[in-house]
Amino acid sequence: MTQPARSEKGEAVSEARIIPLHADDSGDRTRWRLRPGVTPPPAAEPAPEPSPEPQPAEAGPAPWEEDLAAALAFLRRRLAGEYAVDEFGFDADLTDNVLLPALRPLYRSWFRVETLGMHHVPDVGGALVVANHSGTLPLDSLMAAVALHDDHPARRHLRMLGADLMFRLPVVGSLARKQGSTLACMSDAERLMAAGELVGVWPEGFKGIGKPFRDRYKLQRFGRGGFVAAALRTGVPIVPCAIVGAEEIYPKIGDIKPLARLFGAPYFPVTPLFPLFGPLGLVPLPSKWYIEFAEPIPTTGYDPSDADDPMTVFNLTDQVRETIQHTLYRLLGQRRNAFLG
Amino acid sequence: MPAASARDPGVGPVPPSVVLVTGVSRFLGGHLAARLAANPAIQRVLGVDTVPPPRDLLRRMGRAEFVRADIRNPLISKVISSAAVDTVVHASLSANPGSAGGRTAMKEMNVIGTMQLLAACQKAPTVRRMVLKSTTAVYGSSPRDPALFDETMTPKDLPSGGYAKDAVEIEGYLRGFARRRPDVSVTTLRFSNFIGPRIDTVFTRYFALPAVPTVLGYDARVQLLHEEDALAVLERAASEEIPGVFNVAADGVLLLSQAIRRAGRIAVPVPSGAVGPVSRFFRSARLVDFSPEQMRLLNFGRVVDNRRLKEQFGFTPRWTSVQAFDDYVRGRALRPVVAPERFEAVERRVLAAARTLR
Repeated sequence: MTQPARSEKGEAVSEARIIPLHADDSGDRTRWRLRPGVTPPPAAEPAPEPSPEPQPAEAGPAPWEEDLAAALAFLRRRLAGEYAVDEFGFDADLTDNVLLPALRPLYRSWFRVETLGMHHVPDVGGALVVANHSGTLPLDSLMAAVALHDDHPARRHLRMLGADLMFRLPVVGSLARKQGSTLACMSDAERLMAAGELVGVWPEGFKGIGKPFRDRYKLQRFGRGGFVAAALRTGVPIVPCAIVGAEEIYPKIGDIKPLARLFGAPYFPVTPLFPLFGPLGLVPLPSKWYIEFAEPIPTTGYDPSDADDPMTVFNLTDQVRETIQHTLYRLLGQRRNAFLG
Repeated sequence: MPAASARDPGVGPVPPSVVLVTGVSRFLGGHLAARLAANPAIQRVLGVDTVPPPRDLLRRMGRAEFVRADIRNPLISKVISSAAVDTVVHASLSANPGSAGGRTAMKEMNVIGTMQLLAACQKAPTVRRMVLKSTTAVYGSSPRDPALFDETMTPKDLPSGGYAKDAVEIEGYLRGFARRRPDVSVTTLRFSNFIGPRIDTVFTRYFALPAVPTVLGYDARVQLLHEEDALAVLERAASEEIPGVFNVAADGVLLLSQAIRRAGRIAVPVPSGAVGPVSRFFRSARLVDFSPEQMRLLNFGRVVDNRRLKEQFGFTPRWTSVQAFDDYVRGRALRPVVAPERFEAVERRVLAAARTLR
């Protein structure tokens, strides 16, 4: 399994070497495991938070009793409806106590996500995180949300912009809103950024997430640059983000178009395990993930009216795209194995 | 958006002298007439409806005069010209086909009635202010909607029927009226769903059901407006000159599931396929008069931006959505199916048990 994967990875690396930027980094094969030293200050790597799971009872009765009390208080709040929901439907109480804890084992133990450059994400105020999209199912966006909450000192909530398809689906749509997502449209994006929220966007959309495995880590077209225009209008910085590892969780080797049409989905993926092994094929492969936040691109130097200038928007879009692509290649160059890191 | 008035909007409050209010037999129209009648600066308040108001409402209306007339009938123009009406508040738009005597009658009343009323106003030289009670339903409700609608946005899918379609058509007629009579100041108020201890709407009946049907897998965001805020906005629009289109909705939202829990009801999720038959059952049982577009609202919800109301109209709703809902629950004395004290008791008992385990 690893042998062919590695030879294919070799191709990707050789592609990476064509790019002159950071060529010295990718050439250094001895430094195969990423360290905080790769990106400037190690202070940006906060120590992992103590896990919120209840402590074993031997540690004294107090901790588990506190956890029990907290859990009961949470339940009572939920049953009585005593919690606040913002206009977008974001339910912070549910996100912090149920949704994020549910994703945490996947984040820590299954994908063993390592975050880099977290200091590039501002502690307060609006910012726009732009990342590459991959993995057939949008687990990469969920992991980015966990990363920014757990590994960022300000424990920020990522407000994601999603496709309308997601909001049409039952359960998924309502959970997405409760988790803080909203429709990827100009008015919502600007409203969130103007309110000082951290907004996440995956401009490749379905082109990125549903691309075949052979195209992994090749950024697709970046829409029309609407996200850049929104950032320009609100004057928030753009933080490019590269996610490595998500391409390998469900390697999409085929696409059953008639079934996709039948379900109204953009694609019906065939992976080595799905649909061959049925529900078992839905278990993502345990790839090792890296999420790197690159240096923010400030937009304060621009006039809000520049958002209507196609050239400015196009140039900025391209700059963001290039930054993500280079960061991806650099991370890939330093990675030896898709599953071991 | 009707570029309503040729006059300066900053003329300041010009109290109307003769006000005509349609739909006075219902809560909003009747109470608005009562409030206007209490204003000594206003000479006359005429209330029009097809049926007389209930006795307590009529008593409340004081010196306001009730005129039993059908706005679909051209006679309405005689009422307007003979009383020299200068301000018309059209508050008779009905959302419930059941109470209006069926969908056809409702559409007739809403659309044809408005056309007749506007035709009468267009011919009346005394009319200089027109206030329409519209609805945020004109924005539709779909998964492709932005989180918040502002007044300049149009729906992704035009409402295909029912009350929302009526409202869209009526707003269109009103824009036409504003073009033909540029001297009339036209105010369109798009209200969100009303709630409160006294008003009777589909929503107030819905949340009073002991088991509340919801759509399985969906949890709509619900934005409300307290009845008193609605009346205050209508009163202000009638007595001052503030032309334009305004979303009238409270701050904040609550989720449908949250509202049901706050009311102490039990949600019964119904698969989307069964929603149609279930809503038909509730309608035929005369429990809740649900129309199809209101069921769609339960899927996706709809939230509007009230910034223009606050900044241009100069009104900040006193109740947030949650406060308005709580006021409704208290005012109706809805007895929770499961009392919150029970949760607390269980919580205390479990914690006590945990202490003994230690």
